[in-house]
Amino acid sequence: MDRLRFWGYRRENGRVGIRNHVVILPLDDLSNAACEAVANNIKGCLALPHPYGRLQFGEDLELHFRTLIGTGSSPNVAAVVVIGIEPGWAGRVVEGIAKTGKSVEGFAIEGNGDLRTIEKASRKAKEFIQSASERRREECDIRDLWISVKCGESDTTSGLASNPTVGNLIDKLDPLGVTSCFGETSEITGAEQVCASRGETPEVGRKFLAAWSAYNDVIEQFKTNDLSESQPTKGNIAGGLTTIEEKAFGNLEKIGRKTKYIEVLKPAETPAKGPGLYFMDTSSAAAECVTLQAAAGFVVHLFPTGQGNVIGNPIEPVIKLTANPRTAREMVEHIDLDVSGILRREMTLDEAGDRLIEITLRTCNGRLTAAEALGHREFVLTRLYRSA
Amino acid sequence: MSAPHFLVHTKKDAVGVVVVEGVQAGMPLTGWVMDTDATISVAARDPIPLGHKIALREIKKGEAIIKYGHDVGQASADVGEGRHVHVHNVKTKRW
Repeated sequence: MDRLRFWGYRRENGRVGIRNHVVILPLDDLSNAACEAVANNIKGCLALPHPYGRLQFGEDLELHFRTLIGTGSSPNVAAVVVIGIEPGWAGRVVEGIAKTGKSVEGFAIEGNGDLRTIEKASRKAKEFIQSASERRREECDIRDLWISVKCGESDTTSGLASNPTVGNLIDKLDPLGVTSCFGETSEITGAEQVCASRGETPEVGRKFLAAWSAYNDVIEQFKTNDLSESQPTKGNIAGGLTTIEEKAFGNLEKIGRKTKYIEVLKPAETPAKGPGLYFMDTSSAAAECVTLQAAAGFVVHLFPTGQGNVIGNPIEPVIKLTANPRTAREMVEHIDLDVSGILRREMTLDEAGDRLIEITLRTCNGRLTAAEALGHREFVLTRLYRSA
Repeated sequence: MSAPHFLVHTKKDAVGVVVVEGVQAGMPLTGWVMDTDATISVAARDPIPLGHKIALREIKKGEAIIKYGHDVGQASADVGEGRHVHVHNVKTKRW
């Protein structure tokens, strides 16, 4: 295969993005209103409101910082305005993002009020967006691309065709040096030993099993039944999936037939071992998982769906594919690639994988995904436990 | 072959997945076993929606349900060949 290339934005730290957002990032829930006002004042900016950031502590607080800093550090983001109720924690996010070398500035509301904060932050946002608008895409090698994968509202067609299509892409692009990531710790239940065997070394496999086991302990602690209708979801069951084990084997089809994962990441942790496939310890809920993968630095997401999950992400374009012919017909505006032909034997898995590579590269070059065109911007922070 | 009515992941599997709409009891169905590229036949004995599973052989209560060549749960009732296989007759072994 000729080297695959795409047109991206090369950032100050060498990473390559496929979008050029200026993000207005609240440190906490209290700062959402000011961030939204700034994004309303300065056209083209993107506010990312969320409900958290107060009285968190310990590992849960570290995850909050890691997710916000990671979101601002994404190569899909050109520059960031951070607003917090007070300067200390907002400053910590600014410092974290500044390590990428990109433009970032923080503002605090206490002692200023919303209106003065909004004015100052808006002036800075205007400077950032005008500067970002002059950035130009350059031709990049496929090895500069970081791809995340996660399925949602799956059904049996996911395991038969749309997840294996993603797996086919991973098997083809992994040898070319892409960096990729799968997660959904709880949803591998039933196939965890098979997943452990896909680690590049026994040690990495054991690390995965430790993460899976810790997650399963939480489920065992809080469950009140066998989780049917939660995991698998109502929609999964309507689509024909019966048990978590069945769902797990379908889920695992996304990592292909031969690719091995080289490391296990904490939620929102940026890969540091170079190109290859990574497992990230995440929730199996779509928006939580994609938000964590985006914060780890993945720039394009592949999302196979069965019954028609409509998720998008504000900074990481989500490409949706389905093999369910009814979903492809009835939810056509949400689907970027229809691979239902595999079920009719009109299309081989190999052909489907090639078509997914093509639509992925077109998306990287600037084509809006269905979720982007429809305005889906689900930004959902993961919480590990209650606030203090 | 023309478009199959159901697909089977591996030849070890006890169930196939119906991939067309409108399967009714009594319909003769043709299936594609993906790992061996074999074609098999079974008659539906229930209406089975798109994406739902059909038993390819008789499955006794308590027996493991094999799909993807792996154990994906256990039968909570006897299931006859051609019957609809789902939450009414299969339970998870986890949780």
